[in-house]
Amino acid sequence: MLPDSPPAAVPVPDLSKSPPPSLIALFVAFAKMSLAGFGGVLVWARRGIVDQHRWMTAEEFNETFALCHFLPGPNIVNLTFVFGSRFRGLLGGIAAFAGLVGPPAVIVTVLAALYQRYGEIEALRRILAGVSCAAIGLLLATVFRMMMPLIKRRDVVGLVVLLMVFVAIGVLRLPLPSVLLVAIPLSIAITFAMRRGEA
Amino acid sequence: MNSDSNPILALALTFAVMSLFAIGGANSAIPEMHRVAVEVRHWLSDRQFADVYAISQLSPGPNVLIVTLIGYSVAGLAGALVATLAMCLPTAVLAYFVSRFLARSSHARWPAIIQAALVPLSIGLMGASGFVLARTSDRTVAAVLVTAGAAVLASLTRLNPGWMLLAGGVLGFAGLIG
Repeated sequence: MLPDSPPAAVPVPDLSKSPPPSLIALFVAFAKMSLAGFGGVLVWARRGIVDQHRWMTAEEFNETFALCHFLPGPNIVNLTFVFGSRFRGLLGGIAAFAGLVGPPAVIVTVLAALYQRYGEIEALRRILAGVSCAAIGLLLATVFRMMMPLIKRRDVVGLVVLLMVFVAIGVLRLPLPSVLLVAIPLSIAITFAMRRGEA
Repeated sequence: MNSDSNPILALALTFAVMSLFAIGGANSAIPEMHRVAVEVRHWLSDRQFADVYAISQLSPGPNVLIVTLIGYSVAGLAGALVATLAMCLPTAVLAYFVSRFLARSSHARWPAIIQAALVPLSIGLMGASGFVLARTSDRTVAAVLVTAGAAVLASLTRLNPGWMLLAGGVLGFAGLIG
């Protein structure tokens, strides 16, 4: 369940593919992708939508993902909703969303109930502590992987912005909304100014 | 009716607002979830929060389901449902309208600039997530070594992450993490 780095945006959709899926097909396809999604639903979503069902070309998928990556919220949920609604309107979005979130949410809820009941058992406590340590390592690896393009480009400004957000949220523990209300306009202004400087 | 006395309302408000600031996905919002759930509202202890994160990583499905677990521990089934929908629906609807808007117009330049500007922010947020979680979980040298080992293996190899979670669980069960 780790996020992937965003692919580059590619415009111009192409609509010469498989016929649009039904509501039930959307629900089933997204439920399958989601339940297979240990270590990243995105990989499975790409495989299902582009390779298996041919509902989108790779370019359209990248474009849709890029859009959902720059919008806030859980990316893959946004992608699913936008994707479903493209074929069957709002109902299609809801069917795909229900498929993606419903079945795993049931599983997670069962686990939550088990945890509430047995969470104090010493052996389970130790197992969860170990899993948690490994999972944090995986998250850090994703962060490093996403940082590499900035480091390779010697994007000092980007790295400074990154570090400021890290310190404000991770170390100073400031509230997310106030940090972002400063950081987003600042970062957009810097990026805009630098693009103009290059052009 | 205010959100201090009604836990369902508090969950709905908390996660609906939080989702709008979750740039880069659910993992970017983990420091904020920890701040609100542990420090402000005292829904969970530090240790429970780390456990909930571990369970969410062990389950299939999108990362965002960590809020289902938080919701359940606050207010049972209703809490799980409300937290999940509050975290997912507002931004899904926003994405729906934005994608329709972009499909009808040629604003190709601004999305690219905004996207480029948000990349460092989302990486910084995810780094903060790792740091906040590590501070709650990595309390022994062995625990730090497991985290570092998983980070290095995941960076350098294409090993399925499931194996590393399993290895962490086995080491923990064996009592090697403390």
